[in-house]
Amino acid sequence: MHLKFQRSAPALSRASRSSCVRIYAKVSKKEGEPRIIRGKCFVTRDNIDTDQIIPAEYLTLVPSKPDEYEKLGSYALIGLPDNLYPTRYVKNGVMKTEYPVIIGGQNFGCGSSREHAPVALGAAGAKVCVAESYARIFFRNCIATGEMYPCETSVRLCDTLATGTEVTVDIDNSILTDHSTGITYPLQEIGEAGPVIDAGGIFEYARSQGMIKTA
Amino acid sequence: MALRGTMHAPSDVQSRNIPRAGNTGRLTRHAVKVSAVAATPTPARTPASTGSVKRAMTMTEKILANHSDNASVKPGDNIWARVDKLMTHDVCGPGTFGIFQKEFGPNAQVWDNERVVIIPDHYIFTSDARANRNVDILREMATKYNIKYFYDIMDRSNFRANPDYKGVCHVALAQEGHCKPGEVLFGTDSHTCNAGAFGQFATGVGNTDAGFILGTGKLLIKVPPTMRFIMDGEMPEYLLAKDLILQIIGEISVAGATYKAMEFAGSAIEGMNMDERMTICNMVVEAGGKNGVIAPDKTTFDYVQARTQEPFEAVYTDGAANFVADYKWDVSKLEPLVAAPHSPDNRKTARECSDVKIDRVYIGSCTGGKTEDFVSAAKLFYRAKRQVKVPTYLVPATQKVWADVYTLPVPGCDGKTAAEIFEEAGCVTPAAPSCAACLGGPRDTFARMNEPEVCVSTTNRNFPGRMGHKEGQIYLASPYTAAASALKGYVCDPREYM
Repeated sequence: MHLKFQRSAPALSRASRSSCVRIYAKVSKKEGEPRIIRGKCFVTRDNIDTDQIIPAEYLTLVPSKPDEYEKLGSYALIGLPDNLYPTRYVKNGVMKTEYPVIIGGQNFGCGSSREHAPVALGAAGAKVCVAESYARIFFRNCIATGEMYPCETSVRLCDTLATGTEVTVDIDNSILTDHSTGITYPLQEIGEAGPVIDAGGIFEYARSQGMIKTA
Repeated sequence: MALRGTMHAPSDVQSRNIPRAGNTGRLTRHAVKVSAVAATPTPARTPASTGSVKRAMTMTEKILANHSDNASVKPGDNIWARVDKLMTHDVCGPGTFGIFQKEFGPNAQVWDNERVVIIPDHYIFTSDARANRNVDILREMATKYNIKYFYDIMDRSNFRANPDYKGVCHVALAQEGHCKPGEVLFGTDSHTCNAGAFGQFATGVGNTDAGFILGTGKLLIKVPPTMRFIMDGEMPEYLLAKDLILQIIGEISVAGATYKAMEFAGSAIEGMNMDERMTICNMVVEAGGKNGVIAPDKTTFDYVQARTQEPFEAVYTDGAANFVADYKWDVSKLEPLVAAPHSPDNRKTARECSDVKIDRVYIGSCTGGKTEDFVSAAKLFYRAKRQVKVPTYLVPATQKVWADVYTLPVPGCDGKTAAEIFEEAGCVTPAAPSCAACLGGPRDTFARMNEPEVCVSTTNRNFPGRMGHKEGQIYLASPYTAAASALKGYVCDPREYM
């Protein structure tokens, strides 16, 4: 799965030159490194359901197989209606996204329990989502897989920011900075979910804490 | 994990403080044949827990307390819950087992090979090589881990040639006796909440959580607060369970029950059979709900006992239990509804959409493809004695439902079977049981919407692209409304044909 898939020479994402966090397949943050993600944001609105995040026809791809994991990423958010979202999250013919930050409204990730949803986003290169609220299974899956930080904010950022805007999401200090205006917005604290995602998911976290024996 | 939800204020319709007169707090131990009894280990009671008065709990809280090491739990508690059954299917099963093997090692065994139920159902009748491969992977896993319940299919050209194959997982779980009051069921599918109709805790999880359960038989979850929905009165003849759940979702929105349990009560619920109760609990997830529950009664016990001899213990909400919200409806005042594109909470009456021309009708899925759903549609077609005006696709959820469609005489229809009535009405021949087009699927899936058409469907979601084409328009409806719409060629209130 993900850990076995580490590339021998971790490559800085060609997508975001100013990204402070190396784009691995999962978050897998090193201990001591700050949880800061800088890059372009991709703005979505309310009730982005799992069929829009990863349409059902791509669910034949099995996330625990490395090459299919990558393919899932190339289809991330491909279900968004074209008229509302003229800019694609992942460009046609490319496997990774230019937008490590996703902005959402209410109820992000509603619909199916399919883990393919946060997996596709993480595989594409999403590092953090900042939304007003999440559907519970999607929220839980983000943490269990360690694919992406699901941050919450009470500010309706989807009305304020535009796709392509450079932002910094400082999860440690719970602040999002819009670099086009300099304005900062408060985030809710990531709390106990943070260390789990840092470690790369619930199993990795449990092992690092000595909760289960190493497989 | 710090799991947080967002509270949405309920709209001010029909939500009022009513006395908390729930079901009695009696623990009903149902008399069933028991072949072996194992005493559950009693943990040593810490001084702090002795002498404490047990607090009043809802059904959901009681079930979770019974499956944890706590005498009592309250909403917000993070607890380790023992799992009675884990279900997975062809879309998520391979990934789930992949995680299990990676995390617990190639020599690990599943926690209990009789508590894992593998039900291929999503992408079965397709030429998609990867989809077919996924069923092969499931077979490999079932063999390797000696999984008792694997409802296999090998001959895709003829579903009836596969004696083990069932069809749609949630309906199969019920029909094969895996749903029992008081139990805890997790499934790698959001509509696992369907089983709450049996008075159990049932909810969907992702591959990673499921992989964890495979190895340990437990899961860390947060106890949800309960919202209660009382549906009282006598159901009018033109209304079905689907109309009630659409009413509720339209009321509280697609996030109105996020992180909460939805408990359904009232005389209308009590009067429903298990198929109808499942329809209601099935769509709990469409309101963001964690799980749905309906108090088990004789209807439940009769159904369950006809399908399994395993013992179970029903529990009930205490009379003094707390609800985080209380809603009440007089169902005799309700009308047939649809959820218009593109959200399950976009509630409208069927009547106000009567100018919407449609291109097709779909009757199927765990939500609306059960025996009762086809019987209802057939009844309306029979009364109307007319032909459908648009292609009407029928997908029985399971082999058993398919058999019912072809063998059961529909009540009040001169001994005709549903299949005969459907044929006379000009519907497309009922297809092989599976999830089929409810969620689109591979391109060659039966009844997949590959063009931007308008469809009335008895399924559960209508977000953009749900049934295939991104510009497809889906109106969610009851089987009566779907049948009436097929006859009219427009979205149609079933009263027009009753």
